[in-house]
Amino acid sequence: MTQTRRQFVGTGLAVAAAFFGLPQLASAAELEEAIQAFTGGADMGGDGITLIAPEIAENGNTVPIEVDAPGAAAIMLLAAGNPQADVCTFNFGPAAGSHMASTRIRLAGEQEVVAIARMPDGSFKQARQNVRVTIGGCGG
Amino acid sequence: MAENVVPRVRVPRDASAGDSVSVRTLISHPMESGLRRDGDGNPIPRQIINRFTCAFNGEMVVDVEIHPGVSTNPYFQFDAVVNETGSFEFTWYDDDGSVYTETADITVA
Repeated sequence: MTQTRRQFVGTGLAVAAAFFGLPQLASAAELEEAIQAFTGGADMGGDGITLIAPEIAENGNTVPIEVDAPGAAAIMLLAAGNPQADVCTFNFGPAAGSHMASTRIRLAGEQEVVAIARMPDGSFKQARQNVRVTIGGCGG
Repeated sequence: MAENVVPRVRVPRDASAGDSVSVRTLISHPMESGLRRDGDGNPIPRQIINRFTCAFNGEMVVDVEIHPGVSTNPYFQFDAVVNETGSFEFTWYDDDGSVYTETADITVA
């Protein structure tokens, strides 16, 4: 099979873009994939989980986030607008006093932060909040 | 090994049996995401804390899986139930295989 000059240049550009391009942001599909991996596609309720995030974060490098899901076995935090949607997953043990945790995360830009709690009975709950970011936190 | 990694934890000095106490932890660590580039355009390799655990007298309180989306100097706050005098053991796992540990004692009346 012969390759035209146009095809050759096109392929070269695509490869160069893959190697040198900016880190691509996680797509909605990647978010769905991460959720699918965690929940196995189960339905999610909306009650019984609280996600506290600022409406406007001045610095995307450290955005304070708090999640609280009474009785949860694990809580996963996701940020779909970041290069990697996964942020962190809290697994609670028998000595946990309450099923809340707070931390600081990076956000690349305005986006929705998603928290999903896995309950001991195998059901799932989710909460979402939109956060506006003044200065993005993924450098580069 | 990342330089100047200093774990810091804060727990109450004493509590009543059955109390839920607030635990705050911070470890100074660059949490290099692996997505940034240096001045010459070469990628800076990823080096983050990828897991953090806290146990009280050997019983698990919280076990956190960490991805690059967590900020520099990862901070975690959570609650733990204390039924007896004992100590908290905190462990941070670095991408390069280093393990950082810290303990904190609490007296339960």
